[in-house]
Formats: sequence, C-alpha cells, structure tokens
Amino acid sequence: MKPGLRFKSVVPEGPRVAVTFDGEALMLPEGANLATALMAAGIGSFRQTPFQGVARAPFCMMGVCFDCLLEIDGVAQQSCLIEVRAGMDIRPARQQREGPYESL
Amino acid sequence: MNRFDLAVVGAGPAGMAAAREAAEAGLCVALVDEQPRVGGQIYRNVERVEAPLAAVLGKEFMSGAGLAKDVQHAGITHLAGFSVLAFEKGKLALGAASGAMRIEAREVLLATGAIERPMPMPGWTLPGVMGAGAAQVMLKQSGLAVENAVLVGSGPLLHLVAVQLTRAGAPPRAIVETRRRGDARRAVMKWRLALRAMPYIKRSLANLTELRNAGVRRYMGSRDVALLGERRVESVVFASGGRRREVPCDVALLHHGVIPHVQASRAAGVSHIWSESQMAYVPECDIWGRTDAPHVWVAGDGAWIGGARVAELSGRIAALGIAHDLGYVRSVERDRRMAAWFEEREFELSLRPLIDRAFPPYEAALTPEDSVAVCRCEEVTAGQVRAAVAAGATNVGDAKVMTRVGMGRCQGRMCFPSVARIVAEARDVPVVDAGQLSARPPIKPVTLGALAQMHYGAGAKEGDAHDD
Repeated sequence: MKPGLRFKSVVPEGPRVAVTFDGEALMLPEGANLATALMAAGIGSFRQTPFQGVARAPFCMMGVCFDCLLEIDGVAQQSCLIEVRAGMDIRPARQQREGPYESL
Repeated sequence: MNRFDLAVVGAGPAGMAAAREAAEAGLCVALVDEQPRVGGQIYRNVERVEAPLAAVLGKEFMSGAGLAKDVQHAGITHLAGFSVLAFEKGKLALGAASGAMRIEAREVLLATGAIERPMPMPGWTLPGVMGAGAAQVMLKQSGLAVENAVLVGSGPLLHLVAVQLTRAGAPPRAIVETRRRGDARRAVMKWRLALRAMPYIKRSLANLTELRNAGVRRYMGSRDVALLGERRVESVVFASGGRRREVPCDVALLHHGVIPHVQASRAAGVSHIWSESQMAYVPECDIWGRTDAPHVWVAGDGAWIGGARVAELSGRIAALGIAHDLGYVRSVERDRRMAAWFEEREFELSLRPLIDRAFPPYEAALTPEDSVAVCRCEEVTAGQVRAAVAAGATNVGDAKVMTRVGMGRCQGRMCFPSVARIVAEARDVPVVDAGQLSARPPIKPVTLGALAQMHYGAGAKEGDAHDD
C-alpha cells in the first residue's frame, strides 16, 4: 500500500477501539473523526468513481463533496461526519460501474 | 416531543447564537445539525479542545466555546447528526444513519454556513488533494496536523491554516499564492477602509511574519497551477516569477474563498440573487434574515459571507425577528435590543470589501480548461459542458440534462458555481443568464430504509403495507 497522509499529533493518545476496513482489522481512536482516523491509519482510497473507476479520498471534510463516502455497517455514509465507534464494519462505498451514456 | 416554535438548521456561530437568543425569549427551539457536536466548521469540536491544541488553533477559535456552552439551555433540543432532507408548511423531514424522523416548527432558520469556493484545476480529483478547510477540520477535531502540505490559492484562511500547521510542528512546504502582490496593495489603498480594518490587517501581517520566521516559502502571482501524481498527489507545478516550478508534497490544500451553502435555501424555494462582490449566489432576505419563502429565515455565512462574528450577530438578529413575529417579543423591545447588534454587524460588513479585493479568487479555477473535471461526482469535464453549450445548451439546467453535470451525490454543490460561469462564458453572457440549478428534496441523499421508517415508523417490517 502506498503511504497515505502523515500527521503530527498535538493531542495525547486516547483509547483505541477495533473496527474493520474492507475486512482488515484496524485500531482507531475512539470518538475521533472517522475519515481523519482512516487516513491517519494509512487508508488512501475511500471509493472508486462510477465511470473512470479511479480512486477518491476525502476532499472537503465538511459534508459537502461526498468523496469520503463509505459503507458503514451496511449504510453508505459520509465518513467526515461520523465519529469512530467500536465494532464498525467499514467498507469502500460500492457503486455500480456506470456509463458511458449516449450524449443527447 | 416533536413540535417546536423554531427549527434552526446548522449549529455554527449563527445557529448557536440564534438558538440561544430564541430560547431566552421563550421559544421552544430545535437545533438540527449534521455533525455529532455543535460548533459548525469554524468552531468544530470547540467543546472538546484543550491545551496544547487550543494554543495551536488560537484565541479566536476558542472564543466559540462560549457559544457552544450557550446552547445547553432547557428551551433548546439539539438534534445532532441529523440532516434536513425536506421541509414544507411547517414540517421538516430529518435523516441520519440511525434513521429518519419528522418534526414540526412554526418558523425555520437556515444557518447552513459556507462552503469553500470549488477550485477545479488539473489534478484536483487526485487523493491527497483537499480543501484548506479540510486540514483545519482534521486539526480541530482530531488534533492532527497534516505534514508535507502545499497550500494553493488565495485568501486569509490559507495563511491561517499555514500558521496553525506550523504551530503544530508541521509547517507546509510552500504556499502557492494565486493573487499578486498588487492585490493587497490596491486593497489597502482604500485607506479609510484600511484604517477601520487595522486590527484585521495587523493580525494578517502577524500571520505572515510568523510564516516568514518559520521559513515557509510563499510564491506570489502563481499561474498555470496543476496537481500531479500517479495514484495520489505528489507535487504541485506552477509558474511564478517567470519560472516554472515544482514543489513535492503529500497533500495539496486548495482554497480561494468561501461562498454561501445555499442547497437548503434553494430547496425551500427562497429566491437567490447573484452577488458580484461575493461572486456567488446569495439568498434574498431583509435585515432580519426574513426571506420570500413563508416562515423561512436565513442567517450567517449561508446568507452572506461575513465571517464568524457577523454570523453570530445575524443569528441573534434573526432570532429576535422570529420571536417578534411569533409574539414573544414586542416591536419596541426587538428594535431596542437589535440596535447595537445591527451597528456592529454593519461595521464588520463594511470591512469585507477589503478582504474581497486583497484576495481575489484564482481566475483559472473559475472557468477551468477543457480537460478539468468540474463535476467530481459524475466526472464531467469543463470541455463537456462547453460542448453542451455548442450543441445548444443555454443554461445550467440544459447542461445538466445533456452531460449529467450536477446529478451526482453532492447534488451540484461542488460544480454549480463553475458550471454557471462556464456556460455564461461560452455564451458570452453575464453569469445570471446561465440560470440557476434547481434544488429539490431530499436535500441530502437518503436511504429507502430511512424513508420507509419515516412513513411506517421504526418498528415497520418487510411486507408491511400501507394504503396511502
């Protein structure tokens, strides 16, 4: 895996809880912002685009762009709006490959 | 209890102040927000921030703690983690991952804040390219300062983020500024304005000094900016000072101003007008924030970009207006209390043109080159939008039908500002003649399960039938 983002932490390390990302076990800081916690854990791709099939990762972190979309416990959600809870089953958002569409 | 006098949508400075003010006046208030905690983006997570992070974020950030505390009031119900999906005739449909619910409110105040002005440029969809605001969110909420960043664009926020990253021990590699040195000089030439804005200018200069002392390099007047990388961003290339330059990075943080987040006010049927000074559509409203949609009010950056202090004041002013309309406050009392807030708001707003002039948006990202994706969701390029115009599209609605631009999950939030300009430019008409994107419920995507739950109740099972 290519390294994702690197961070300097300015807060004391809190308790971590176990979650899974795409089946892989991860320990993330409890109550942390989920999108940030995953990036800090080295996750570099959150979803694949429906047309070109290229990787996307969080962009706005404010609930606007939907590039942080993940499937969390079976429901597609914006991970930038969610806090880490123990036992979360997290997967890249599944999206049917679409197109190309005929131009009108 | 699902009945309220007032539903405030958004728990940033405008929403928090409005909720408190309305509750003080005796109204029963619902404060609805997508985030798990109050604060909005500017004061995100402020309740939980402690030293040493507080020192990194600065005094202005910590000043939001009082507002956050103020919403702990018997008259305020904070509905955290809920998005507003739809509202009409006093009913609001709210959605969350945990399900959906309906509430009733006699008045609705939209305090939905700002979004960063979308900045489409070559490579901006690569993982590792983010908004500058995103770096702040990661710092505020998780205490994590992203390392090896290059900041790109224009605006006071760019410098503030750079300062905060530096204080956190992760100074950015460079700031690629798209404005020219002359922009700031021209702005300060309005000396009367500059004199009034002296505290802001001083703070701004202090930020620049802090960055210079930390050795953060700023490239002024940068053009032809592109973000390069194979699977994620690896460098920023640009032209500055007559030279082609390349700065390697792990993350590129884009910013060229903020615009009102108007998805909810559009869906509410509020009229929006084009503001040339803000270079954005803004909801039409009176001095109280009252719109032309019945019982719908707006306050804060979602109404007009003015910053946190203006947002707080306009939240209070709107709350008073609403309390008055509902009969909780008499006109005399309303006008007496509003006077000081109004005066301060006018003063703060009078300084705004200075910022607008000193930090113009990056022109090349307003109407990007053909190969750049303007719609991140549906992967539609600027060239495709131009081709649609060549094929007969006259407005953004046509472009949407012909290219799918704006039909993805973000519902046009990220692309509409660009598409409007591209269509206008291609037709050689003013941007208002490119039309506006219509927004309809649901204001945020919602699962069928949540909709069913709202209709049938939480206990509904598969196979339950309903007659209507």
